[in-house]
Amino acid sequence: MKKSLSLGVVLLLVAGILLGGCGSDPKNTITVYNWGDYIDKSILNSFEKEYGIKVIYEEFATNEDMYIKIKAGGSSYDVAIPSDYMIKRMINEDMLHKIDFTNVPNYKYIDERFKNLGFDPNNEYSVPYMWGTVGILYNKTMVDEPVDSWKILWDEKYAGQILMLDSQRDSIGITLKMLGYSLNTKNINELEEAKIKLMEQKPLVLAYVGDEVKDKMIGGEAALAVVWSGDAVFMKRENPDLEYVIPKEGSNIWYDSIVIPKTSKNKEAAEKFINYLCDPEIAYINADYIGYSTPHTEAVKRLPEEITGDKTLYPGPDDLANSEVFEDLADFLPEYARIWTEVLAK
Amino acid sequence: MKTFLKRGYTFLIFFFLYAPILVLIIYSFNDSKSRAHWTGFTLKWYKALFNDQYILNALYNTISIAVFSALIATVIGTMAAIGIHAMKKFPKLIVMNITYLPVLNPDIVTGISMMLLFIFIKLPLGYLSLLLAHITFNIPYVILSVLPKLKQLNKYTLEAALDLGATPFYAYRKVVLPQIKSGIFTGFLLAFTLSIDDFVISFFNTGSGVSNVAITIYSMARRGINPEINALLTIMFIGVLILLLIINKRMTETDLFNK
Amino acid sequence: MKRNWLAYPYVIWALIFVLLPLFLVLVYSVIVTTDQGIQFTLNHFKRVFEPLYLTVLWRSIKLAFISTVICLILGYPVAMILANSGLSKRNFLVALFVIPMWMNFLARTYAWMTLLEKNGLINAILEFLNLPAINILYTDKAVVLGMVYNFLPFMVLPIYSVLSKTDKSLIEAAEDLGATPFITFIKVTFPLSLPGVLSGITMVFMPAVTTFVISRLLGGGQFTLIGNLIEKQFLTTGDWGFGSALSMVLMVIILLSMGIMSRYEKENEGGGLW
Repeated sequence: MKKSLSLGVVLLLVAGILLGGCGSDPKNTITVYNWGDYIDKSILNSFEKEYGIKVIYEEFATNEDMYIKIKAGGSSYDVAIPSDYMIKRMINEDMLHKIDFTNVPNYKYIDERFKNLGFDPNNEYSVPYMWGTVGILYNKTMVDEPVDSWKILWDEKYAGQILMLDSQRDSIGITLKMLGYSLNTKNINELEEAKIKLMEQKPLVLAYVGDEVKDKMIGGEAALAVVWSGDAVFMKRENPDLEYVIPKEGSNIWYDSIVIPKTSKNKEAAEKFINYLCDPEIAYINADYIGYSTPHTEAVKRLPEEITGDKTLYPGPDDLANSEVFEDLADFLPEYARIWTEVLAK
Repeated sequence: MKTFLKRGYTFLIFFFLYAPILVLIIYSFNDSKSRAHWTGFTLKWYKALFNDQYILNALYNTISIAVFSALIATVIGTMAAIGIHAMKKFPKLIVMNITYLPVLNPDIVTGISMMLLFIFIKLPLGYLSLLLAHITFNIPYVILSVLPKLKQLNKYTLEAALDLGATPFYAYRKVVLPQIKSGIFTGFLLAFTLSIDDFVISFFNTGSGVSNVAITIYSMARRGINPEINALLTIMFIGVLILLLIINKRMTETDLFNK
Repeated sequence: MKRNWLAYPYVIWALIFVLLPLFLVLVYSVIVTTDQGIQFTLNHFKRVFEPLYLTVLWRSIKLAFISTVICLILGYPVAMILANSGLSKRNFLVALFVIPMWMNFLARTYAWMTLLEKNGLINAILEFLNLPAINILYTDKAVVLGMVYNFLPFMVLPIYSVLSKTDKSLIEAAEDLGATPFITFIKVTFPLSLPGVLSGITMVFMPAVTTFVISRLLGGGQFTLIGNLIEKQFLTTGDWGFGSALSMVLMVIILLSMGIMSRYEKENEGGGLW
């Protein structure tokens, strides 16, 4: 018994070395790195069938997790889907390949509004995948005044009923917006002002949360919360008392875009995959599964009216008038981190 | 009265441990994707689960990594504990402090530094690196479980065996091992438990599409954890429970035969 | 009897997989990358001792300490019950005790939120019984509860394994000599189980100090612990130097305090953490 056990262990080690040592043929394989639950996985299978390219699929939880993994260079990712500011950072650090757009003809379906964005001004490195906004979600049975400003999150009437995001960029960002500044400010005085505001707000806040905010708001545990638009749609569907608004001071518009990291060993196949994701039917299937706002014009046409007509997901240009995209703060990021730590650690 | 108190206390502790598990199981049958309300009974999450090759693969990796890393860690750790126990004071002090380091180091530090090491020695990130990482953080828990048993040992029995002509290996197998068995067993259990649930270290030390259940679940955090996961955990739980009952029945039967 | 060599495989393993990475952390904690290249600095360590971070450190140690004590108080009787149950039942009970920990930690913590929420299950039951509702979610009590829940088996198992082999004749002897059960426990059972208790304390206290998910989810992000801080340096801020310095300081403090604790033990008796 003991002998067979140790034999098993040895065999396994050998198998592990073999498995780890030689991957399958790199010419016919791509590794895709994506957020968890952020693609209809049947698309991976249909791509494999259609092109005969094997897809290795991995998931990450945050932009920063993904960045460290790719930067370290331990594995060869061919396609990744980071957010705006992270793409900027990766471009600055020379971590991305330029995409050869002659291999991605379906790029023409991407709405012109979503081209030439700040993080990739000449459309060289990225193809938009999903986009959205940050706003206030409120429960109509608990808040009976009109909600149109970030200021309501500082209203003492709602003490203990406010949920903020546990994310330094988002929480400091909306405070800066409320004060009328840019959410990418590098002015230390403006930041200090935001810090004082956030400290003032802290006693009113029930919790600084992540994705739990969804269950909290659906369950009526709080009156007001800062949320992402894509999630807001889901919450509104689960609890009709909820309403989403982009405050008049403006907010953050975010993008998740598809890129090819320099770790890629099979750029051509990666471009095939990107093109496949931009195929009208595939983009529609994917947008329908994920439920976020798609930048794909044909996919939007195929989605039902009740979704594309919802201002939460597809706000008009007026609603976005004062909104900005996050930029990479580079050396100034530690200042944001310091302020957020001071607010939370108090 | 005393047994009543005992029973009551055991029941309360088990209730404390199992209450969240019960919640998990109940919500795997919830029609809504949110755990905030109950909208009706469904089996659709189980159906979705069985069609999700990626999650099933992750489950397979989780279990195999847990079993093998715990086994290997138990072997290395038990040997180490016996060796450490025989050491003089100063070397013992050094080795024990090294043993505490992985327990003490925040996961994120262990995870990233080990990843840098693997990249440095050009070991491709994948199943093997994941296994090595798990063994590394498992060993200290085995040592910490086995050492107290060795301290408890009556050293004269070993000496007696040796005096009576047993080879050291034989003496260890027949005299020492049986007495530290429960320590080895708890060490294995702790190692297995840690391995099956680790996210941070696993995330940074895997690659080539090798994922485990914890990585899958934490990655869902932005979009919200899918009730498929509840279904997965329910199946795992029931599976383990059935396995346990079978083993328990067998053991009781052999007990009866022996009597 | 020389059996030192049995530890050698482990020592080699630890050198490669524990000390080498740790050395990397040490390097990171004393360097800074400037325009002139990489330079030596002690600024990261200086920053660790700013009042803000000391508050966080103190809070982490305090909460971990409280959780460890509660684990010991709750866990010791469980270990005794397990150790005194019949041989055939024993392993079964131990396994039953561990299985909940095999379910994913994040999923279990979410389940605790379902239980503890304002409109959660516990309050629903309390309301049904006409009892006042409890609101402990997003307080430090919830953080402690999460830690106790998650680390309890790490206290119970080592104590159980030591107790299960305690020489019963010693306890009988004490009772024959007229000791009350309480005195027997204080004078015989407990001292004999000390090695297990110390292992348990180590295995609960150390991970409890560095945990960060529990405080984020059950504490609502309002109780920044040292684990949160370190995680943030590595992931959000990208300030690896400061993160490394924080974990070095944490390590030294805990190893020192563990060392002091072990001084109270008699030489070479009991568990001996050192």
